[in-house]
Amino acid sequence: MKKTIMAVAIGAVALTAPNMQAMASEDLNFDAYRQMLADGNPAELFEMEGEELWRTARGPKNATLEQCDLGVGAGVVDGAAAQLPRFFADTGKVQDLESRLMHCMETLQGIPSAEIINGKFRQGERGKLASLVAYVVTHSNGKKVQVDLSHPKMKEMYDMGEKVFYYRTGAMDFSCASCHSQDGKRIRATQLPNITTSKGAAEGWGSWPAYRVSNSQFWTMQHRLWDCFRQQRTAEPVFASDVTIALSVFMAGKGNGYEAVWPGVKR
Amino acid sequence: MANPMRIRAAAKDGVTEVRVLMSHVMETGQRKDSSGAVIPAHFITELTAKHNDKVVLSAQFGPSVSTNPYLAFKFNGGAKGDKVVVSWVDNKGDSRTDEVQVA
Repeated sequence: MKKTIMAVAIGAVALTAPNMQAMASEDLNFDAYRQMLADGNPAELFEMEGEELWRTARGPKNATLEQCDLGVGAGVVDGAAAQLPRFFADTGKVQDLESRLMHCMETLQGIPSAEIINGKFRQGERGKLASLVAYVVTHSNGKKVQVDLSHPKMKEMYDMGEKVFYYRTGAMDFSCASCHSQDGKRIRATQLPNITTSKGAAEGWGSWPAYRVSNSQFWTMQHRLWDCFRQQRTAEPVFASDVTIALSVFMAGKGNGYEAVWPGVKR
Repeated sequence: MANPMRIRAAAKDGVTEVRVLMSHVMETGQRKDSSGAVIPAHFITELTAKHNDKVVLSAQFGPSVSTNPYLAFKFNGGAKGDKVVVSWVDNKGDSRTDEVQVA
């Protein structure tokens, strides 16, 4: 009797062993996991809030953002994010989506930029700005990144971004390139795009802002870059400062011609 | 007042697929804030989906469901223009009802 039980037990082991192997490789099937996440991306909830904010009269001037010029005409949202960052003649600066929205909030609504710059991520006006970002980028989803680098200021920003990308600093002597200059690298379940290639730069640029499933938070590119600096163990950048915009120009410019998946969804 | 849900419903070959994205903190009651105080439980307890006036799905939710829950389900029947109504109630008595037309 005992022998039979043993035989059955061994039989069971032999049967399950290949299954276990299959499971292990299935565990590494991140693409399937990402696909599951992408269906029902909760970033849509932020997008809905952002759309509302865009149309609602707010601030000391009690105005909406419907006259905000994101670079493709006053009030035009469709495709605007795919062409940002860009040089704006009215401010004489290169601006990314966040700094441009901040400019609109100050000029149209009278909400001081300092409130956003000195604020905290996901809180107050900076939190509202993130929802507006979700709304604007959704209207460039699937569009090809098309950043015009011809203006000298854009070139200057691109070169600065490239320099920052390779600049090693902080307690760990890390640069962006330390993690983002090889193909097929990942940290746990998160794939690290190789930003030294156009395809990789587009994967990075074109998948943020994103909803992070692991902490239920919506992160803009400014937030993502701020966290990269933090992980680098170096000085954290000021919100919407030149260094963050330079890195954005570098990534977007390098990723030109590739489709953006906006807003993204991440682990 | 709870934030709106995003609901999509599409009919195909006599089956309607409904996808619902809810905006809710779904706090378990197990977590503590930065000062060490317990964050009170706050989660959806019941969810009902109706096709026109007929209940097609009734579910009990609990603290193990994620923040901003996503729910997808299918039911037999349903045609373009029909009404799908989804409503939930949470443990604090808050509720939300949203409706959409089947596409």
